[in-house]
Amino acid sequence: MKLLVCVSKTPDTTAKISFNADHTEFNEAGITFIMNPYDEWYALVRAMELKEATGGTVTLINVGPASNDAVIRKGLAIGADDAVRIDCNPTSSLYVAKQIAEYAKEQNYDMVFCGKETIDYNGSEVGGMVADMLAMPFISYASEMEMNGNTATIKRDIEGGKETIEVDTPFVLSAAKGLAEQRIPNMRGIMQARRKPINVVSPVDFEDVSSVVSYELPPAKAACKMVDPENMEELVRLLHEEAKII
Amino acid sequence: MSVLVFAESQGGEFKKAAFEAVTYGYKTAQVLGTECVALCLGDAPNAAQLGQYGASKVLHVADAALNNFDSLAYTGAIAAAVEAAGATVVVMMHGSTGKGLVGCVSARLGAGSAPGVNQIPTNDGSFKVKKNVFSGKAIAEVELKSAIKVISVMGNSFQPEVVGSDAPVEALAAAVPASRVSVKEVSRVKGTVPLPEAELVVSAGRGMKGPENWGIIEEMAEILGAATACSRPVADTHWRPHHEHVGQTGVAIRPNLYFAIGISGAIQHLAGVSSSKVIVVINKDPEAPFFKAADYGVCADLFDVVPKLNEALKNFKANA
Ligand SMILES: Cc1cc2nc3c(=O)[nH]c(=O)nc-3n(C[C@H](O)[C@H](O)[C@H](O)COP(=O)(O)OP(=O)(O)OC[C@H]3O[C@@H](n4cnc5c(N)ncnc54)[C@H](O)[C@@H]3O)c2cc1C
Ligand SMILES: Nc1ncnc2c1ncn2[C@@H]1O[C@H](COP(=O)(O)O)[C@@H](O)[C@H]1O
Repeated sequence: MKLLVCVSKTPDTTAKISFNADHTEFNEAGITFIMNPYDEWYALVRAMELKEATGGTVTLINVGPASNDAVIRKGLAIGADDAVRIDCNPTSSLYVAKQIAEYAKEQNYDMVFCGKETIDYNGSEVGGMVADMLAMPFISYASEMEMNGNTATIKRDIEGGKETIEVDTPFVLSAAKGLAEQRIPNMRGIMQARRKPINVVSPVDFEDVSSVVSYELPPAKAACKMVDPENMEELVRLLHEEAKII
Repeated sequence: MSVLVFAESQGGEFKKAAFEAVTYGYKTAQVLGTECVALCLGDAPNAAQLGQYGASKVLHVADAALNNFDSLAYTGAIAAAVEAAGATVVVMMHGSTGKGLVGCVSARLGAGSAPGVNQIPTNDGSFKVKKNVFSGKAIAEVELKSAIKVISVMGNSFQPEVVGSDAPVEALAAAVPASRVSVKEVSRVKGTVPLPEAELVVSAGRGMKGPENWGIIEEMAEILGAATACSRPVADTHWRPHHEHVGQTGVAIRPNLYFAIGISGAIQHLAGVSSSKVIVVINKDPEAPFFKAADYGVCADLFDVVPKLNEALKNFKANA
């Protein structure tokens, strides 16, 4: 099977978020960047398992600048065969999706994997955009998948439960926790990754229609009010009279 | 011109989320000086009811192929409704269907999108709307410049408001492509409030010591009419079902009240719950990081304090 895995780069979860002086840009100084966890732990690993079971290839794709190569190399160390980087500074999800779809449409992938969301923008939309541009079904929030020939049986996380669906290839899937178990790259993988190709491709023209105009930090919380453990009536009173939520 | 709201139904019934979406659409239409039109797909016998929340009419594509979610079929039907209603803004909820749909719809319409917003857009010559980014650690204001804009709304950001009466329902004939996805089974826990929709949530962590101790948590949830949630290690060790797991890798929620009992408050946990309106933390460790994110705190052994709190809540409910 021919598989494409979309990987993005995000600040580490524990990163302290700050902005430039006029709050129009995220301040990258001192930030550790990682591969988006849903892409790395679940999407890429499930793609690797499918390749190991039935043969084929796993290609990574990233839309971004050369500084993303470190993240792409990590994906190659986990086992992907090769990688494509669309060389640009993406400005929106639609721009990213357009680049991925333009590349993928000539390639006849059986499946395109992405993560359920990036942990920086929290969009959960790039996968759906790529799917619609390629006229493929989009299966979001997949937490289990079994293949039988060309038919996949997939469990999706829905409100308060799971939905089980069947779909034939080709399709686009977004990966949630449960789809696979995280793999740590070993020394051999890391050595091999150095020799694997990252194919750098120029972006297609696309006029963007959305942009982030400013950032702000959430309003600071007032100090936590401590309640005497012997007086739970007081906590109930506060929730009722002060917070007005019960 | 209009604001088109996709109001999702489940087995022919609307959930609260559908009314939240229409309320949001109605308020957005007021900002834009236009009307709000609702859209129902598949079985929706109560479609007219959406008028109560501000829809001036309801478009209904009754094709049975739309009873289950398929991204291509839904996107096609929504695009047809956008054209029929002359819509310039499309609104849906950021739930499991919306998250699978928002990208598809914006790609189909070539529209700029803002997924997971929690405020009404502003329109002072340019169209801007705010959403949480970095898992709740910051807020971004997004400008959408396309003729049509697509928005999905975080659950529980806007409470449904009744502003009118039933609206006329118009059947819309849309050529829906045959579904390529077949739904085999839907399993939902019965009788409890689904977590993302819940206004009150009682959540517990590893401080509970073991699954056999959850009785006091369930009791509290029952007294309050709350949903139950848990931290990730609790779900990973199967003390509680996976759909209860909140946080960065689980569900993100924003209830009015979040009770965190025996949970330390790791950054990845906070990522899913920090937008809750009021947070109450019960933890025996005064240094637990969760106290920094809390509005009210009780520093004590949960096994002493939760039963006492349950008594106090019961008395309160009995006298309310
Ligand atoms: C990339 C990544 C993603 C993650 N995603 C998530 C996620 O989505 N959700 C999530 O929850 N976690 C997530 N985690 C794990 C997270 O970092 C923490 O390990 C986890 O949240 C801790 O769970 P806990 O608070 O239940 O347990 P602990 O950290 O063990 O805390 C237990 C707490 O209970 C208190 N306690 C113990 N006994 C009592 C008692 N008798 N009375 C009162 N208090 C008591 C203790 O003081 C302590 O504060 C993630 C981690 C990583 C690395
Ligand atoms: N710049 C990018 N390059 C490649 N894939 C991306 C990029 N941005 C997002 N994706 C993919 O799309 C998924 C969802 O992203 P988002 O819509 O931003 O939440 C991610 O988990 C990735 O799989």
